[in-house]
This record gives sequence, structure tokens and C-alpha cells, in this order.
Amino acid sequence: MNNSSYKTTDSSLGAIAAEPTRQRLRLRTFPPPEEASTGSLVSAIGLHKSYRKAKVSVPVLKGVDFEAVEGKITSIVGQSGSGKSTLLHLLGTLDQPDEGEIHFNGERIDNFPRGKRDAFRNHKLGMIFQFYHLLPELTMLENVLAPSMIGQSIWSYFTHRREIRERAEHLLETVGLAHRMHHRPRELSGGEMQRSAIARALVTEPELLLADEPTGNLDQEIGRGILEILQKLNREKGLTIVMVTHDESIAAQSDRLVRLVQGRVEVVK
Amino acid sequence: MYQLLLCWRYLRTRWIALASIVSVTLGVATLIVVNSVMDGFAKEMHDRIHGILSDIVIRSHAANGITDPGRLESTIRHQLGDRLEGMTTVVTVPAMLTYTFRGQTQTQQINLIGIDTNSYASVSDFSQYLLHPENKKKLEFFLRDSGYAPDRPNLNDSGWGYRRAKAQLDQAMQRNQQLQQQLAAIQPREASERTGISGASGELPTNLDTAIGSSEEGLLPLPPGTELSSSPNIDTQPKGAQSLTIGPSIQPTADAVGSMNFDPSKEIHAGIVLGIGTGSIRNRNAEGKVEDFFFIRPGDDVSITFPNSGTPPRAVDSLFTVVDFYESKMSEYDSTFCFVPMATLQKLRGMIDPMTGNGAVTSFQVKLKPGVNLEEARDDLRAAFPPFKEMVMIESWKDSQGPLLAAVQLETTLLNILLFMIIAVAGFGILATFFMIVVEKTRDIGILKSLGAPGSGIASIFLGYGTLLGAVGSGVGALIGLVFVWKINDIAKVVEMITGREVFDPTVYYFNTIPTVVHPWMIVWVVFGAMFIAILASVLPSIRAARMHPVEALRYE
Repeated sequence: MNNSSYKTTDSSLGAIAAEPTRQRLRLRTFPPPEEASTGSLVSAIGLHKSYRKAKVSVPVLKGVDFEAVEGKITSIVGQSGSGKSTLLHLLGTLDQPDEGEIHFNGERIDNFPRGKRDAFRNHKLGMIFQFYHLLPELTMLENVLAPSMIGQSIWSYFTHRREIRERAEHLLETVGLAHRMHHRPRELSGGEMQRSAIARALVTEPELLLADEPTGNLDQEIGRGILEILQKLNREKGLTIVMVTHDESIAAQSDRLVRLVQGRVEVVK
Repeated sequence: MYQLLLCWRYLRTRWIALASIVSVTLGVATLIVVNSVMDGFAKEMHDRIHGILSDIVIRSHAANGITDPGRLESTIRHQLGDRLEGMTTVVTVPAMLTYTFRGQTQTQQINLIGIDTNSYASVSDFSQYLLHPENKKKLEFFLRDSGYAPDRPNLNDSGWGYRRAKAQLDQAMQRNQQLQQQLAAIQPREASERTGISGASGELPTNLDTAIGSSEEGLLPLPPGTELSSSPNIDTQPKGAQSLTIGPSIQPTADAVGSMNFDPSKEIHAGIVLGIGTGSIRNRNAEGKVEDFFFIRPGDDVSITFPNSGTPPRAVDSLFTVVDFYESKMSEYDSTFCFVPMATLQKLRGMIDPMTGNGAVTSFQVKLKPGVNLEEARDDLRAAFPPFKEMVMIESWKDSQGPLLAAVQLETTLLNILLFMIIAVAGFGILATFFMIVVEKTRDIGILKSLGAPGSGIASIFLGYGTLLGAVGSGVGALIGLVFVWKINDIAKVVEMITGREVFDPTVYYFNTIPTVVHPWMIVWVVFGAMFIAILASVLPSIRAARMHPVEALRYE
């Protein structure tokens, strides 16, 4: 039923021409088989979303098809108001589309009940934001631990707290913040905050990392550092990343690029 | 887990929220203080009333009382079984107290109670309210030599010494008066026949001399040189009259008042214990200290008038000698209760059956064993004496002081309601503060949601925060309240020093210190009530936080 729209959007990607069949196959044999590493991890079909401002309905997304290939970095570019953040929020189940479907690993996720969406976000997704969005009352280590605390009951957290803590410390070391573990966010620079946000996003070992303008609030040099971390994660761990940016130079370095104009996909590269 | 961590952090980093629960703290502290003082007050009153009254009273209003007390006694014993601790019979009668002070006759309405000293102590704490230390151990209706009320210097020298001195003074005054009357009678005679004096001169009776000599000198301002004749029968008769127990029941006054052979310096009438308020006035002296001024003291004689048991009742009056005072510190009782030996009262009222020699009584007082259900025992007795068979009233001590105790109870209840209203008002303050905090934390809520925190988790952060705040607020309040109660008398002193006014006026309350009782359950209720209000006030903001849209929350600047 979705095949036609799917083909039109992804016509340029010859490598996954057989995608629809595989997707149907995967629906039947969930979890996905190992050999599907080049398949689509998350895909969206015909997304419509409008926001209500006062009594006027403002359409933001007008039928967007999207696909993020497993193990690749996909950039979404576009001008302000083009709907790229909204698309990311929909992919991250923070919001629900008015129309259309989102599939993750072949499973439709946009119509999950609320509790299941929360658990999905916690277990399968990592998110980083332009303004880092760290909890100001917690230390960096606690911030990194937060997703684990949320995802686990008090009991299981307590029984596994040592390994969880070690993992969080290890992640902070990986992003070069071993000396900042017990500092509060406001004592850190923007780059450091974004790096710890990445550590936080990775603590639950997500399958997909969603990044909303991760370098948008940083100067070029620092931004490049952040990007390098993300690229390294992608290269070494095979982490699938979907990144929203308005910086063309950053977008150019990604594996795939989706350009949104006025709520529609214009270019897919 | 994150809920605990976050609400702990919010508590530690947001001191302003604590300001919103200061009113809870104060409310809790005030509630604890007020309840402790009111409970202390009520307990003091309960103790006093219960100490004065026995557990259950079976009372007859018949003029001649219960004529067959033996039958009732066996019924009561049978009905109460092993719940009974002690029982006594009592004769109660309304009466009028008359005494002379500075030549003026004072009258006062009292409740005359005839008690059996042996069994009365078994039903109430009667003797501990007496002033003389020996009487506290066991009351005998005898006048003690001295040593009344060690803590009241103005009563110490009362007793036999005082009585003797006073009797001699009275005698001397009487003598003086008589001599002057004689003198007045002689003088006109002197004018007519000047010779009549010489025969009587030099024969002043020796007993007058001794009377004057042993009392204070110079009491008789006789004109010097006046020679007086004395009539032989002015004064002392042989002192054989036995007045300690009053004799004939039909004419009780004959022996006391009419008798000329009663020597007040050596004998007393039947003993009476007066309520301390009947013979004294409580006032402040020049320095502002509270003082009792006594019109009557142990050793004085008073006259009591009361109805006899006949139909129609006739007034009987009899002299009694005050042997002690009774101070229960309940002004109502202290100003009306007067105790005399029951046998005396029975005789005076004509309540003794001439055939059998059995005395009638007006009421039974029953003391129950500790822990026995008072109301149940009372109802059992009521069942045994149905009103159509026996005209007796059966009341527990709580019934007889019901209105007073109920008034204190009502006051406590009203204060509790008012103060809880204050805490409820504080709840709205918490509500407002929490809404502010939720708005302030909007972005954090969005972050937590983006990390996969469910709405219930977010709500529990703020609910937990409210609970913690409530716990801190009411905990500190309870602490302040308890310290206040603990040091309340010192605090009252400081307030007195600053304002110059007494917090608890002893002329009104008979309290030297403010009584307090702390019931642990009261504290538990107050603290949990306050916490409940704090939690209730955080429910709405929590729901709002839980329902926040993650995207809008993340965008919130």
C-alpha cells in the first residue's frame, strides 16, 4: 500500500530498490536479521503535521517521505520554518503526525500508546539538541545516568548501578570529559555540554541518534569537534544518525542529505 | 530513581519553596501548642473533677433520703461485681453558712456534705485537698493544735492556740461588756444611795483576773479606780459539757448555742471542713501578688442552717467548728463544698430511724476499678434502678461536669478547625508556588520526556517534592511546637516581663504553671494532616507537569 510513494521518493537509491519486499519480510521476522545492515532503520511515509496557532492551522509538513539507512549519517537541511525540527520530533516520537506513518525497524511507531513511545524513546533513541538540554540541577555524571534511571526500575537500577555508572564514566571519558564528571552544566562550556549530551544520548546504547542542530550554538571549531565525535561513532560503532542542520558544509559531510523546503522534501542525495 | 534524585535536588536548590511552607510550619507549631495546652487544661480539670467526685453517684432527692441503704448497697455490689473498687454513702443537703466577721454576720450558700471519713477516702482523693499535713493522711474532724498549710503563712498559727486566744478574748470582751452594763446600772443607784458600794469592793472574781491575765493585758479599758461588784454567775461553769459529738437529734441547737457550760477555749463543736473559697477572698496585694484573705480560720465557729428531713422541711441550725479547709482548686467546688461527719448530719436532720437505729443517706458514691468502662458500669446501674421503681439519679463524674468538659472540648475543636483552615490557606500558597516551579522547570520536563520519562514519573517528581516540602515544613513545625510546649512557662514569664500582663491569671485559673499534655497521636495527626494538605496542593501542578507536551516544553524559553 505504501509502495508507490516509497518508490518515488527513493528512486535515486538503486541500492535499496528491493526495499519494500524486504520491509514486508522484516515485518514478519522481527527482530531484523543481521544481513539487513544496509536497510532502512527508520522510515516515514506521507507525513503531514500542522500546528494550531490561535485559530489558524499552520501546516508545517505537507506529505514528507523520509528514510534513514542503518549505519549511515543522514542530514536534514532546510531553512528556518521548513519543518526539519518537526520532522525530527516526529521521528523521535516526541510528537505525532496528523497523517502518515513512521516505521522503525519495520515496526510502526507513530501510533504507539504513550507509555510505549516513552519506553521506545528511552531504549532505542538517543537525542541531542542545539541547546544541549542538560538538567541544571544534576552533575554531568548524573545527567548521563538519567536515561538509565528513567529506563529502569529503582530495584534494577540499584542492582546494576555499578555497571551503569562505569558505562557512564566510560562514555564521559570517551568524549573527553573525565575531569568534568562532578561539575554542574553551568560550569561547563558549550562544547563540553554538547559532548556530555552525546554521552547521555549513548548511555542506553540506542540504535538511532537524533541530533537537532548539534553544532548550531557552537563556534565553528568546536562544532567541528562535535561533528567528528558523531562521525567517529558512526564509523566505529555503526551508529545510525539523523541530523538536522542548516550548515551546508556539515550537511555535505554526511552520507545522505534530505532537503526540506516549505514542508516538502525537495532534494534527496 | 530519577524522581527521588530530582526532588531531592529541587529541595536543596530551591529555598524559596521553603518560604511557601513557612505557614504550614507555623500552623503545625500553633496546632501542637494549642492542643497541648488545651489538653493539659482539660486533663487538669478532669483530674481535679475526678479527684473530687467519685466515678459514679447514685443520688436521691427525697427529703429523707434513701431510707434503706443496705438494700441499695447489695444491689450495687451485685450489679457491679468485681468492677467495684470502693463505695461510700453520703448525705448531701443544701445549706447556709453563717459566720461573724468584724461584728457583721455574713451568710453564704453552701453544699453541706456529710461523709464517712473511713470509706470516703476510698472513692475520691478527698484528703489530699485538705490543708493540714496530718489531715491529708487521714481526716479526723478534730481541731489540730497548729501547723495548717505550711505554704500559707497566714494560716499557720490557726488551730487550738488561735481558738484559745480568741475564746479568752471573747470572754474578756463579754466580761467587759457585762461589767460596763453593771457599771451603768450601778451609777444611777450610786446617785441615790452612796453607801451601797463598799460591801462589794475587793471581791473581784479570781477567774476574771486569770482570764484577763492570760489574754493580752490592757484589753479591758476599765476606768481606773472604779470598783466593781461582780455577779456570781457571769462566767465559767463546770466544763463537763460534751459537745464534740452532738447529742439529741431533735433539738440540736439546744446544746451548742443555748448551753452556758460550753467553754470554747477547751471544747469544739462538731468539726466542719470548709471549702477554701467559702471563707476567703482571693485578691492581689500592693505588690501585685495573689493573696488569699481569710475571714474564717481553723478554730473559728460557724453556724450552718439546713433543712431537716421532715415534711415540710424545717430549718435546723447548728454550730460547727472549722477544723480544716478543703482546696481542690476548682473554684466551683471550693466555694460551695463543706464537709461534716455523716453521723452528725444524720442526727441533726433526723435521718436516723428510731426503731432500727439505721441512718438514711442521700447518695452512694462508687469507685470503679481502673480500666473499667465508666459508661457501661453506669448503664448497668441504671438498668438495675429503673426510674419507675427507684427515684434515684445515676450519673458518672463526666455527666455531672458534662457542660464544662463539653465547653472545653468545643473550644478545642473550634481552635483545631480554625488552625487547620490556616494550614489549608497555606496549601493554596504551596499550590501557587508549585505552579511557578513547574513553569520554571518546563524545559526540564521536556528534557525528561525526550529521555523517555513517562508522565507518571514526571508527576511523581513534583508530588514527591510536595511531600518532602510538607514533611520538612510540618517536621520543623512539630519541633518548634514541642520546644514551645516544653518551655511554655519560661516563655510565659518572658511575655509577662515584656508586656507586664500575666498570661494565666492565677486569680482566675488557680494555675501556677500552664499545664500541658502532649499526646503522641495528636502530633501524628497534625503532622500528617499538614503533609496531606501539602501533597494535595502539589497534585494539580504535578498533573499539569505530566500533561505537558514534550515538544512545547523543549521549546520553552
